[in-house]
Amino acid sequence: MAKVVEAARAEPGVVVAREAMFTCSDATQSEIVQDITDNQLDGLVVASCSPKLHTLTFREVARRAGLNPYQYTQVNIREQCSWAHTDDPQGATQKATKLVRAGIARTALSEALHPLDVETTPRVVVVGGGVAGLRAALGLSDIGLEAVLVEREEHLGGLVASLGPMSPHGRSGHEVVARLVEEVARRPGITVLTGAEVVSKAGTYANYHLVVKRGDELLELDAGQVIVATGAEPYQPAEGEYGYGLEGVVTLPQFEALLQAGEGPVAYQGRPLRSVAYVYCVGSRDEQHPYCSRFCCSATVHAALQLAARNPGVSQYHLYRDLRTYGSNEALLSQSRQRGSVFVRFADDDPPEVTRGTTDGGLQVTVRDQLTAGEELRVAADLVVLVTGLVPHDDPGLVRALKLPVGRDGFYNEVHPKLRPVETVVDGVSICGTCQGPKTSAEAVTSGLAAVALAGALLKAGVAQLDPQVAKVDPVHCDGCGTCVASCPFGAISMVDGRASVDPAGCKGCGGCVPVCPRDAIDLKGYTDAQVRAAIDALAQGVLA
Amino acid sequence: MTTVAAAPRVLVFSTNNISDPGIDLAGSSHLHYPPGAVVISLPCTSGIKPSWVLYALQRGFDGVFIASDGDECAYLPDCSERSARVVSQAQALLSEAGIDGQRLKIAAICSVCAEPFARQIRQFCDDLSRLGSGELVA
Ligand SMILES: Cc1cc2nc3c(=O)[nH]c(=O)nc-3n(C[C@H](O)[C@H](O)[C@H](O)COP(=O)(O)OP(=O)(O)OC[C@H]3O[C@@H](n4cnc5c(N)ncnc54)[C@H](O)[C@@H]3O)c2cc1C
Repeated sequence: MAKVVEAARAEPGVVVAREAMFTCSDATQSEIVQDITDNQLDGLVVASCSPKLHTLTFREVARRAGLNPYQYTQVNIREQCSWAHTDDPQGATQKATKLVRAGIARTALSEALHPLDVETTPRVVVVGGGVAGLRAALGLSDIGLEAVLVEREEHLGGLVASLGPMSPHGRSGHEVVARLVEEVARRPGITVLTGAEVVSKAGTYANYHLVVKRGDELLELDAGQVIVATGAEPYQPAEGEYGYGLEGVVTLPQFEALLQAGEGPVAYQGRPLRSVAYVYCVGSRDEQHPYCSRFCCSATVHAALQLAARNPGVSQYHLYRDLRTYGSNEALLSQSRQRGSVFVRFADDDPPEVTRGTTDGGLQVTVRDQLTAGEELRVAADLVVLVTGLVPHDDPGLVRALKLPVGRDGFYNEVHPKLRPVETVVDGVSICGTCQGPKTSAEAVTSGLAAVALAGALLKAGVAQLDPQVAKVDPVHCDGCGTCVASCPFGAISMVDGRASVDPAGCKGCGGCVPVCPRDAIDLKGYTDAQVRAAIDALAQGVLA
Repeated sequence: MTTVAAAPRVLVFSTNNISDPGIDLAGSSHLHYPPGAVVISLPCTSGIKPSWVLYALQRGFDGVFIASDGDECAYLPDCSERSARVVSQAQALLSEAGIDGQRLKIAAICSVCAEPFARQIRQFCDDLSRLGSGELVA
């Protein structure tokens, strides 16, 4: 580190170079402010972690010191240097020196940029009316923002609407949804559109225009923010997967429906259940679905407790790989053990086999129990429940309309699971609930409220600041050919007096117009031709060991 | 002609929202790749000027690796086609300058593509070592 600081100090234009243990700490921030004001500096380079983490922190530090926030550059010497080259400390030090030099070179050529203030539209469109979307709409109304809830189906409530008593609290899903829907109906600030889908989004930051299709009708809506809460769907097993297709092999949603079908002892095909086997992690934690679906262990254990209460003497076998009854659901697991449920652990590569049993109508499950040294067990069951998890919807229409970032697992991606858990890279669009990955109902609701907080922070101020790192055309070099106008899908470039001109409120700052200009007359502010070349020069320079 | 090169120097163009997080993840997972690879991050692959590729190779880099958004770009629906155009224009510039086209490589690196990134860079560095040093400017 000392070597890097020394090299930085020797660079032209550098006035102060210093090392800090935790650059983002309050103490170091104050020192930076002090250095900038004492020396009247016009540039700041911070070499520490990834710009994803603290760019906003240090822009604020610059602002406090009276320096333009866009004359600060973040250099990533952690994730892209020290952590990546733990096998080559000397190489890492040399690389860090080059990266810092490039940051300095780029900052030296930076110009002060001023965000454009725009008024915001105090209305939020919530797409999807499951528990996450319903609770988000209520949250928005609580803080005085208008909400429009767009639900594809004719009914609100999503998956929870079809559930009976839920883990961990035991309240029924219908009731939970009914209460939310009732409250939503009472609020004048919430408009509900059912049987409706978003077909397009246009407009500029915090002032979007959405088109919603309801039947043959096209409705136009203005909104400052869009919250996507479109949920997920239960995994549908393939024919033959753990005996699926055999009489008596059902999925978790089918089992839930069975529990709700009547009072008293739970019956399948008219016969009260006496022996039930559950196979966990069906369609979760496998090659195609590498994730855990989070709710299913708890929901199953909870269902097993209901069955034990309604069918005294029932035998229940839980065949699992790992159990994740976290939080207060852990108590349910202990209870179900006390009520006679037997837990059998199988290996990932040695799944149980479900076959037709020898007795009429029955099923047989064969499993090797890891907890008793691989002993083979044969369980006779009236019913086998495949504990199916959640899979993402395939919703190309919405993905196209909102340009939603789809992850490798098919769920929508947030910017960062911990630091920016409901924001997406698409401006104006946040995500919550199970459309971003499997969650329990309570977790879905919590993320819905996080999306409300985000919308509140943006829209309650009434004005938002646009990123000033937009394209600009050099009118001297522009010959008015119009190639860039055609290349911008946002319509942000137009011809003014025979020269191309960028509307800073419409430009998204992608830079897609930069290489298409035959006259090299376009620059993206913050990433200008001069800055990129200066960075290349600095990075190409040799470093003395 | 070819001098025995030290570790190849590779300039990587990444993108702020898609491939750069993937490259970060490679580091946070301590997946090693040669430190001769350095990154310049831009908002979008479609904003790379072909002349920057030539410039980097002329300034002493042995290779340029474009870690592109692929189909994940949040800005431009036709980002892949645009990036392909940038690459073919850059290839034309390289061939005019007598530089081996193998010194430019593009691969889509998603925001969680840590292992593919580290593997691609290691492979590219191996390939470049075989090509020999890129000393093009005296
Ligand atoms: C069998 C089963 C049992 C469960 N048991 C429990 C339990 O006991 N405890 C627990 O905590 N969790 C349980 N869960 C999980 C729970 O259902 C989810 O956590 C919850 O549904 C997530 O809510 P959501 O609002 O994110 O999504 P969803 O409930 O999926 O709602 C999404 C809504 O968006 C709508 N939508 C989808 N696409 C569009 C579109 N393009 N435009 C407009 N609208 C759209 C859908 O129609 C739906 O109404 C269970 C799930 C299942 C399947």
